[in-house]
Amino acid sequence: MAPTACFDCKEARAVIIRPKNRHKLCRACFIKVFETEVHETIIGTNLFFPGERVAIGASGGKDSTVLAAVLKTLNERYNYGLDLCLLSIDEGIRGYRDDSLETVKRNAVQYEMPLDILGYSELYGWTMDQVVEQVGKKGNCTYCGVFRRQALDRGAARLGIKHVVTGHNADDVAETVMMNLLRGDLPRLSRGTSIVTSSDASDIKRSKPLKYAYEKEIVLYAHHRQLDYFTTECIYSPEAFRGSARTLIKDLEKIRPSSILDIVKSGEDMAALVPVEVRGAGKATQAGAEEESAGGCGSQNGRTSGGEMAAMEKQLTENDAAESLETEIKLPSGARVKPNRGPTGKAVKTQTIKHCERCNYISSQRICKACMLLDGLNRNRPKTAIEVGVGMEDEESSSTLMRQMERAQLSAT
Amino acid sequence: MYLDSGGLELLFGNERKHKVVLPARLEDGSRPNISYLLKYLVDNLMKDQRIDMFIMEDNVYVNVTLRVYSNSINDVDRRPGILVLINDADWELEGEETYELQQGDNIVFVSTLHGG
Repeated sequence: MAPTACFDCKEARAVIIRPKNRHKLCRACFIKVFETEVHETIIGTNLFFPGERVAIGASGGKDSTVLAAVLKTLNERYNYGLDLCLLSIDEGIRGYRDDSLETVKRNAVQYEMPLDILGYSELYGWTMDQVVEQVGKKGNCTYCGVFRRQALDRGAARLGIKHVVTGHNADDVAETVMMNLLRGDLPRLSRGTSIVTSSDASDIKRSKPLKYAYEKEIVLYAHHRQLDYFTTECIYSPEAFRGSARTLIKDLEKIRPSSILDIVKSGEDMAALVPVEVRGAGKATQAGAEEESAGGCGSQNGRTSGGEMAAMEKQLTENDAAESLETEIKLPSGARVKPNRGPTGKAVKTQTIKHCERCNYISSQRICKACMLLDGLNRNRPKTAIEVGVGMEDEESSSTLMRQMERAQLSAT
Repeated sequence: MYLDSGGLELLFGNERKHKVVLPARLEDGSRPNISYLLKYLVDNLMKDQRIDMFIMEDNVYVNVTLRVYSNSINDVDRRPGILVLINDADWELEGEETYELQQGDNIVFVSTLHGG
């Protein structure tokens, strides 16, 4: 085949076909346009302010490595005035995280950014290897997700940083949109697409500057800039619901490459249609829960496997008794609910910002989710832990929440 | 056939570079293309073990870089999530499987899957 000339410069040999518009670009033009688009996303959403200290959630994988490289480049090119650093979580998975952390350490040198590593063992007294040894491979992602969410917050807090950026890309967001659509989870659908996710239970802001970047282009960017990143999948990651959503969007991409950005766009448009009560209630109730765990984790796959779904259904039935919740859920966004008593005199779960009684971490519950899971682990009764752990702030309980909200909606009319 | 690293039965954490020597003409007289290379990789590289070094008189030397999971190259053309680069260019620009390998070509297989 004769070489194709670049669509932009019309000179150099095209080496890339952009998924979003099928433009054929040379290496230099591709790198430029990729960076420019991330810059436009950042500017268009006022993501940063000058002098802001920002921690990059770094796993050593392609997404966070590209994010670090691009942010460094843009920060210098456009004088954002950001103070960037790398924050890594060591889940304690031998043969996976220990290797990828070596990559992050090299990145810290390459990008001249300070690196802070926070380990599960240090935070919780358990490595994921130990957790898996106890609970098995099934369901272990629940632990990892809950632990990581809090670990990133804690890591940022330790550094006195209030903004954590993660490497979530357009494919990830499209996946999340599909999953929430398939689960009928409106609150999450409305929040999952936004570039910034902050929660009432934490003063640390999360954002995903690469949300419009195709995964394919991220890999190509890493390749053409010869970035040093680590390629492997978590050894514990099972293929489940997210895996299926992923395959679905990848298949769609093959047939129609613009599908991924179109799904992201549709997600944003649908989000705008979600009534504020639903959105707000979800936010308040699910304080502290993120739509995703830290960037680029294949381990999100197993979070709603069959067993958990069954457990959730059971939980759902049990929760039917707790109808007093409905009154809380109707409250508008941001409303702080004072702890009060339900009709039965039983303490009602509230969404107030509190501190976990065990670890003093900010939590919407009396005991934070991580501590509940730890309780179970420490008592060597992981099954109980999962059931107790499935509180209102958990992803797995989202359809429980949905149904309760539907009811709340009905009773409101 | 020459391998510069072992452990192919394991996950490919970081890249593995291989120099692969292929006959310039196949038995049916055609030139080896990407399809042939894929089959070759599956039949030889992926099975790990020792592969006898054989040098034929008329050879094509190709550099292959793998950044994929060892079991995923089996269906690289069907499975979403693997990019094939021919001398740094998306293989779509080069005719995909039908691209005829040239001396010294650099072929890269890279996974786009999550690796956090």
